[in-house]
Amino acid sequence: MAVASSSPSSGSSRFSLRGMFASPVFWRGIVAIAVALAFWELCSRSKQMFGFQVPWIGMVPPPTAVVTAWAGVVTELGYWQSWYLSINRVLAGFIAAQIVGIPFGLALAVNRYFRDIFFPPFEILRPIPPLAWVPASLIFWPTNEMSIAFVTFLGAFYTIVINVLGGARTINIQYLRAAQSMGATQWHLFWKIILPGTLPSIFTGAAVGMGITWEVVVAAEMISGGGTQAGGGLGFFIWNSYMGGSLEQIVVGMISIGIAGYLCSSAIRYLGFAAMPWRRLF
Amino acid sequence: MSAMTATTAVHGAAAPAAHRGGKGAISIKNVTKIYDPGGVNVIAVDNCSLEIASGEICMIVGPSGCGKTTLLNAIAGFHSITTGTIHLDGELLCGPDKPKAEQGADRIVVFQNGALFPWKTILDNVAYGPIIQGRLSRAEARDKAAHMLAEAGLHDVGDKYPGEVSSGMARRAEIVRALINDPKVLLLDEPYRAMDALTKSIMHEALLEMYDRTKVTIFFITHDLEESIFLGDRVVVMTTRPAKVKQIVDVKIPRPRDYKILSSDEFRQLFEQAKGAVHEEAIKAFEAGERELA
Repeated sequence: MAVASSSPSSGSSRFSLRGMFASPVFWRGIVAIAVALAFWELCSRSKQMFGFQVPWIGMVPPPTAVVTAWAGVVTELGYWQSWYLSINRVLAGFIAAQIVGIPFGLALAVNRYFRDIFFPPFEILRPIPPLAWVPASLIFWPTNEMSIAFVTFLGAFYTIVINVLGGARTINIQYLRAAQSMGATQWHLFWKIILPGTLPSIFTGAAVGMGITWEVVVAAEMISGGGTQAGGGLGFFIWNSYMGGSLEQIVVGMISIGIAGYLCSSAIRYLGFAAMPWRRLF
Repeated sequence: MSAMTATTAVHGAAAPAAHRGGKGAISIKNVTKIYDPGGVNVIAVDNCSLEIASGEICMIVGPSGCGKTTLLNAIAGFHSITTGTIHLDGELLCGPDKPKAEQGADRIVVFQNGALFPWKTILDNVAYGPIIQGRLSRAEARDKAAHMLAEAGLHDVGDKYPGEVSSGMARRAEIVRALINDPKVLLLDEPYRAMDALTKSIMHEALLEMYDRTKVTIFFITHDLEESIFLGDRVVVMTTRPAKVKQIVDVKIPRPRDYKILSSDEFRQLFEQAKGAVHEEAIKAFEAGERELA
């Protein structure tokens, strides 16, 4: 019996370290970052080197000073604790938003009555910025930690729901018809057609939601403060450095958040890639 | 006139040209479909009757938007009809008490833009029907799918995703995905519309080859007259909306057919005949469109 032979092409798009190092895209990125750093260094040191201060960026400590400050804090447990606390909060809010948001969005998409009942209040609540919830949640949730997690959850929730809803509503109706005419049940349509068909939108929502979660968690940490029960976090690290007047540490905190956010979106990209081998996202 | 000349029948339920036995005879009787968007009655199909024999390749041509697809949707069970009846092998699909036919694996549609599931490999797409119907185990279904793909000349594409292959290959695979369900009727809605002439000719030969193996009844909507005569046992020319049968052109060119017949006198004669009928309707449709705009 003739069996379709496996073709090499299905594996060619998989990630590999060697492929990364051989890729001009990777090196272009490295060069771009190096040039940006050199530019920053020169601008920061413009007063010493050229006798005049470049506006704005001239006031920022140079990368070498930031790296020195960084080297100072990486040995401190408190710095890593800030990472740990922020990532924990982001993941808690983000995962809760996925767990609630994906089924909610799918239910909105497939059931007209559910949509009629829940979509209007959802649309009224959606424009309220997550940070506007901070005072209310500080009052209503028993601990500051829960308040921060709740606000983080809200940050991702709306984006996830809107993406899932949009994705599920725009599935090509011909997929549904083809599946139905081949004998698919409603249950099957949902799990085997609507869900995989919505997967790209789920991951788009996750990528955008993850970005918002970081924005929200940092602001929430600054507002809720460090001395109380919910202390620390990278947001508080920055705020604390500002209070202490350490410009270098502020920049260290900012870049740390950049790296943390990048790691999180890379994880989502990787998951998306693994879950949807039929398409390349982002 | 020789035995190979065309005969025409005007209107009504003309008798089908071919009887090959087997299953898949469609009987459309006095079907009317009225859409009612926003209270404006749009008559898409008006008292249309057509008998299609089992194992026939019946080509449906007519102006854009004339209601051809409405008819196909009624047979497939995607849409209801307003009056009339449609039978498949004597069994009622839809009629007065049951305006919408149930969807079923005995009538499978191959769509204009292709509807292979992009998240499944081609092999899994083809194996899909028998698995969800519970007719075959996953392994059996995949074996059969691989076998049928190979028969259709698609040896190497089983592991690829639909997005990785050409539209021609995808469309062939989609027809294989339909045929693995052993349908009585294949409903094709302009499947080769956006293809260039060369690819089309390859698709036609592949379709005829698959048809020769299965002798499934084919209900084929197209705008391409050459295609309709090359493939069809009969070419049914529809009127502009509301659709009914304007003229039926019998194509008695023997099978198997190859591309040499395109230049034969007989082919050209049939082409002219169909062209005349279609052109008349196209002009009506065009003028009607202008009136609607004015």
